Amino acid sequence: MSTVDRTNERLTVFKTYKLYVGGKFPRSESGRVYEVTDSKGKWLANAPQASRKDARDAVVAARKAFGGWSGATAYNRGQVLYRVAEMLEGRRDQFVREVADAEGLGKSKAAAVVDATVDRWVWYAGWTDKIAQVVGGGNPVAGPFFNLSTPEPTGVVAVVAPQESSFLGLVSVVAPVIATGNTAVVVASEKAPLPALSLAEVLATSDVPGGVVNVLSGRTAEIAAPLAAHQDVNAIDLAGADEVLAKELEIAAADNLKRVLRPQPVDDWTATPGLDRLTAFLETKTVWHPTGSLGASGSSY
Amino acid sequence: MVARAVPPPALRPGVPPAPLEAGQIPRLKKNRSLGVYSRYARRYARLVTMPTTAPHALADVTASHSTLRRFLHGLPGVDAVGLEARAASLGTRSIKTTAKAYAIDLAISMVDLTTLEGADTPGKVRALGAKAVHPDPTDRTTPATAAVCVYPDMVAVAKEAVAGSSVKVASVATAFPAGRAALDVKLADVRDAVSAGADEIDMVIDRGAFLAGNYMKVYEEITAVKEASGAARLKVIFETGELSTYDNIRRASWLGMLAGADFIKTSTGKVAVNATPANTLLMLEAVRDFRAQTGVQVGVKPAGGIRTSKDAIKFLVLVNETAGADWLDNHWFRFGASSLLNDLLMQRQKLATGRYSGPDYVTVD
Repeated sequence: MSTVDRTNERLTVFKTYKLYVGGKFPRSESGRVYEVTDSKGKWLANAPQASRKDARDAVVAARKAFGGWSGATAYNRGQVLYRVAEMLEGRRDQFVREVADAEGLGKSKAAAVVDATVDRWVWYAGWTDKIAQVVGGGNPVAGPFFNLSTPEPTGVVAVVAPQESSFLGLVSVVAPVIATGNTAVVVASEKAPLPALSLAEVLATSDVPGGVVNVLSGRTAEIAAPLAAHQDVNAIDLAGADEVLAKELEIAAADNLKRVLRPQPVDDWTATPGLDRLTAFLETKTVWHPTGSLGASGSSY
Repeated sequence: MVARAVPPPALRPGVPPAPLEAGQIPRLKKNRSLGVYSRYARRYARLVTMPTTAPHALADVTASHSTLRRFLHGLPGVDAVGLEARAASLGTRSIKTTAKAYAIDLAISMVDLTTLEGADTPGKVRALGAKAVHPDPTDRTTPATAAVCVYPDMVAVAKEAVAGSSVKVASVATAFPAGRAALDVKLADVRDAVSAGADEIDMVIDRGAFLAGNYMKVYEEITAVKEASGAARLKVIFETGELSTYDNIRRASWLGMLAGADFIKTSTGKVAVNATPANTLLMLEAVRDFRAQTGVQVGVKPAGGIRTSKDAIKFLVLVNETAGADWLDNHWFRFGASSLLNDLLMQRQKLATGRYSGPDYVTVD
């Protein structure tokens, strides 16, 4: 054996991509995987092919996490989300490589996408404690009451992530959902799930409570159908569903009156997103508080 | 592994032997020669294979403290590793589609819907009773549960709530859950529950006396409670989580059955370790062997810690494979649970509609 050749040779350490459910990294309950290739057809990795049972488990985890996450202060959520951006920054090289492979981009273009993604995350992190002032507030009423409207998270949101933009698109749909206090079950891009599965590793190491985001990879239609029909899912974002699938899912979602966000004609995920996605999964709670008894002057002040 | 379905009731083999009348002493089989087995095989076969052939004639067993002690300590030791492995392997059965639907309905019909909180109010007990009678008001094909299980002072309320249905009222008694009270107090507790109309009495044994080796005291207490319960069926709770060893659970099971228990029950649900597949398997073996020896069938009730349909179905597999299909009936097997019922109902809705249900579609207990 020649020692000269072998001293620097290392065994390859293949990465086993796994699902992210309830803060843990399980394999698919079905035991299935599918081959993920880059844009030229070269094999990259085997990704878990989630089944409807994985989807069900993810919903249970998301429901369990909802109380804690929605109950956390908006400020705290912002801190946690900002920490995610910090962790993303630390893994920049990995994401640049994965995005370049997944979307067939050159290195510099992929780097620009990753930078835009981190910026997007920071942008949404900043919104957590400001959205209530923008879409909520005090309402003028004809009576001795304080009338206050506050935005409340909807609950468990199923997110069908965009198919083409595997990272920037993914973050653009997931971050607004959790920023407002919802919990998410994300169906990653079918063709390019690896950035999503790596994002899960970032979430797991950045103070986001387990179950707040759950990431499933596999056949979009297979996983999204039971999620759309699930009675314990409160809303569904159809960003990554094609026209036929979106229609099917919307019909299934009608049964328990899910909030449905139809696929938007957005091609350019790099554009400034606006507040639409933040407000899509909020509902407004309005409360009336008596101001107290009126004095002789007609006012208690 | 091949999925094996629990057989539907019509296919169940055999009819249980006629129960003995009160006071009748069971006929006993003589000890038979074990034949050609070598001494070693004989010694280890008892440990490895599960039948627990009682080495003594049961009639004399309870004659005195020493005979009872000798009998209980003469029971074969439990192979803990084998027991847990057996329970775990039976838990891997895949029960699907029609077999699952059957199992879920059976499990619902076996639930003793339980509320044993200091904060129980008559309103809560009434709500529980209504739920026991119609577990899923949106689907009237759902079977009723077996019973509601409450504290003695709530028996009258519970009885009223389930009036006119097949649902029984079970009451815990004998200073539940600790059982640390004088016998008179315990018996008064039982009489109180029975006079309020309880159909079933769930008593706790005196674990302190049992662990101290004072088996006769435990035995006499059970017989006294049995007498005080009259026509009500008696469930004897061993609190397996406090008995420390599998050997003790086996001894307690036999002790309870010798003393006339109609049911043996794992736990109160008030300690850290409640019903597990292994200790329930052990008790199922005990009732199977007791019937083989005496002809008396005794029921089993695991309680506490069973929360999902999957767990419940695992227990049903244990019952079918260990005690046999004769026990697959709510007269002979029960689940002491409260949150289990909601999960069973959600699974049932899933099977009926094809869509996963959620906690918004069942009642909050």
